[in-house]
Amino acid sequence: MQRWRSELKVRSQNEEVNANHFCILTSDFCILTMSSDHIVGIDLGTTNSLVAFMQGETPVVIPGDDGSNLVPSVVALGESSQPIIGNSARRYLIETPERAVYSIKRLMGRGIEDIQEELKLFPFRLAEDLQPGEVLRIKLGNHTSTPPEISALILRQLKRNAERYFGAPVTKAVITVPAYFNDAQRQATKDAGRIAGLEVLRLVNEPTAASLAYGLDKKQNGIVAVYDLGGGTFDISILKLHDGIFEVIATNGDTHLGGDDIDNLLITIALDDIRGDLGVDLRRNAEAVQAIRKAVIEAKIALSSQPSVKLDIELPQGKRYRREITREQFEQLIQPIIDRTVGPCKQAFKDANLKPEQIDEVVLVGGSTRIPKVRALVKEMFCREPHTDLNPDEVVALGAAVQANILGGGSLATENMLLLDVTPLSLGIEVAGGVTDKIILRNSTIPASATQFYTTQIDGQANVAIHVLQGERELAKDCRSLARFDLKGIPPMAAGIPRVEVKFLIDANGILNVSAREQRSGKQAEIQVQPSYGLTDEQVEGMILDSFDNAEEDFRKRQLIEARNETETILAALEKGKKSPAWGQLTTDEKKQIAKMEKALAAVNKEDDYQAIRKAIDALNQGTTRLAELMMDTAVSSALKGKTMDETDLGEGTTAPHPMAKAEFK
Amino acid sequence: MTTKSTLTAIGSKPLPDDTHSCWSCGDMRAAHFCASCGKVQPPSPVDYFTFFGMPPKLNLDVAALEKDFYDLSRRLHPDLNARAGSQEQEWSLEQSSLLNDAYRTLRDPIKRTEYLLHLEGVALEEQSKAATERARATGEVKKQIVPPDLLEEVFELNMQLEELRMNKKMGEDDPNLTKEIAGHKIALEAKHDALLQELQTYWTDWDSLIERNHGSKAPAEERAKITAKMVDVLNRRNYIRNLVRDVNAALEE
Repeated sequence: MQRWRSELKVRSQNEEVNANHFCILTSDFCILTMSSDHIVGIDLGTTNSLVAFMQGETPVVIPGDDGSNLVPSVVALGESSQPIIGNSARRYLIETPERAVYSIKRLMGRGIEDIQEELKLFPFRLAEDLQPGEVLRIKLGNHTSTPPEISALILRQLKRNAERYFGAPVTKAVITVPAYFNDAQRQATKDAGRIAGLEVLRLVNEPTAASLAYGLDKKQNGIVAVYDLGGGTFDISILKLHDGIFEVIATNGDTHLGGDDIDNLLITIALDDIRGDLGVDLRRNAEAVQAIRKAVIEAKIALSSQPSVKLDIELPQGKRYRREITREQFEQLIQPIIDRTVGPCKQAFKDANLKPEQIDEVVLVGGSTRIPKVRALVKEMFCREPHTDLNPDEVVALGAAVQANILGGGSLATENMLLLDVTPLSLGIEVAGGVTDKIILRNSTIPASATQFYTTQIDGQANVAIHVLQGERELAKDCRSLARFDLKGIPPMAAGIPRVEVKFLIDANGILNVSAREQRSGKQAEIQVQPSYGLTDEQVEGMILDSFDNAEEDFRKRQLIEARNETETILAALEKGKKSPAWGQLTTDEKKQIAKMEKALAAVNKEDDYQAIRKAIDALNQGTTRLAELMMDTAVSSALKGKTMDETDLGEGTTAPHPMAKAEFK
Repeated sequence: MTTKSTLTAIGSKPLPDDTHSCWSCGDMRAAHFCASCGKVQPPSPVDYFTFFGMPPKLNLDVAALEKDFYDLSRRLHPDLNARAGSQEQEWSLEQSSLLNDAYRTLRDPIKRTEYLLHLEGVALEEQSKAATERARATGEVKKQIVPPDLLEEVFELNMQLEELRMNKKMGEDDPNLTKEIAGHKIALEAKHDALLQELQTYWTDWDSLIERNHGSKAPAEERAKITAKMVDVLNRRNYIRNLVRDVNAALEE
């Protein structure tokens, strides 16, 4: 079968790095970490992105170097043109907005003609020489980049965060996409992964991923609805849970509806106010707009927990914009926006052939579901109190980690779990008269396929053109053009005689694959694809972020730094251990051994040999296992004697949060 | 067409005679996947009934079908074969798409009937909206016959729908008209249900024909007699369904 694109062969780096090595984290105790295949789960969000993996039987989010689980999906170009990602990029939005970009997800897989609305509301600066039908290019300082390249920078940051955490390269990932993403948007996401040096094992729909994270712990049967209102996209998915099978029955959504829309509304109101009250037109002042944006986002978040909030924004020329917004006013303002989620929910019910009363559970996903008004709307629509047990910002990434674990062969926790997802949009082909003939209907379980037969209209005709569309409308011009295929090399025959069998297959990623065969001659017909909104293979190859050799070099450097840090930690922990009562319980020989290993580690730590340092750390770790056990016993027994665990020196343990913990709301 | 099960590893179904040897371990217990080593096998071009190891009968236990679907998904789905070689992954993709297509078709009574008719080489009239649009665009005459017993009612209903659309355009509202149309709708829905009942009697006729012939092909004329009845019912049913859809659209507009 010929794919749309040949898959890039990402070099498989299955180097098992120190499987089962003991390490002392920030705690004085040895903690067993299993390093297996390291397939990570990534939530590439409009506002924030996260990377997670299965630690034993539990999915955990891997924090960035600033300790934060969320990496803001902001990319900036630093003073020396180096890319800056995440929290540290945020200040560029205000200081040098022409060198920063956010919400890039809105542009993934889209053409210039379908982003006109976006351009009015977002400060995207397009390259001047952009042609219709071309892949978008965004200006970032003096550079221009396509949306997949900018997303790839975010992905690479997440990849690095994971590599730092594991102390090993990460090359495979599951990436989530909005369920309602079309083929082009999915392909663009997959391209971003490739550009970042990741083999994308699967694209998973965000609401379905969330259901996996929830289902991991509950494992019960029933009908579940996932309402996912994020920064820029809205999805509703209805699933049937049956003995570990997560079968999506219907999905619907809007890939341009989310918290961004609320922000933009508040910004517009503020700008109008400022023009009216202060007589200043700031609409063209990018710095001021970003300062207002920052303030209204903070106000929006505060209004989820407070009855009113005071805006006080410093403007150019020493002016100030002050305004109080009550929750009531806020709710009135956003009503039209959140009401836009009702239509897709109703359609999903209809497609699933279910009534709201038949839903057993409703799960909320996405930061925008923290808004009380949104919760009230969901409660009303689904006739029940929605679940909010898991942090709505993290649940998608945790689910992606669960899926990554399933793809990697599964574990005790994911045993019997299988996701059966659907295609959100019907696939059609253009037939005579500009009409769409639907060949795979929306909500069909994927992988799904359809076979069509084509013939020629004139004698000796060698080519047949096929126009593939995605969407629900009757006319081809109202649907989304996916690609034009040219069937070539049909053997010369009289008109109407050739019988070309074309197989359309939507794979488990929701991406279309096409193959063709001329039946009379049995000849495989050649397919030439012109994706309507995508990068070609060659383009993607040319974009792959730094060569792999460079990445290896970078990785070794980082590995060395990490190892040295670990040395510091373990030596400090050992010093502490020597002062504990447990130290006295060791034999003289044990103490001697430890002292020898300590000296060896201190010695190799001065050299640049990573392997030697690693070996010395592992040796000391193993050598101090009994000490750590004794200390653990002491700690536990002193706790039993009435001391609290906090008083005994337990250290901080692992920094990754427990995913089943109560959601934290800001 | 065989009536024997090809699902060797599901439940207590008997081993069929036509098992193949597994490409991987060589054991003679392979259909879609090898019962011995679990490896996915290359797909063979079979119809949807055969894929599920069932005779082509129309009265079907949907709950059992669902169970088979889940069981086979656990073997064939690409997620569970993600670590296999590229050839096996390819087979897994094709096998599981075939499984999904087959399940989607067979679990739905109408799609199942239409699929059987397709296997029997019988064509249905095109009643889809797309077909209407296409006919309109190309100027071809659409193959659509109004069922004779509905002629009068359809004529009246179409007049009323036209009136309703005119009223809505002018911003007027005629409660009596809406009530009459709603009455037609209820009558049509009752007819629709009656047709489904009728269809089920032909299913039973078909199934007993298959049983009588113990899996070997029943005589063509006997098959054609039953399929002709099914085609007639389906055409009338599709016609009514489209009418109901038009009525709903007009009332909601």
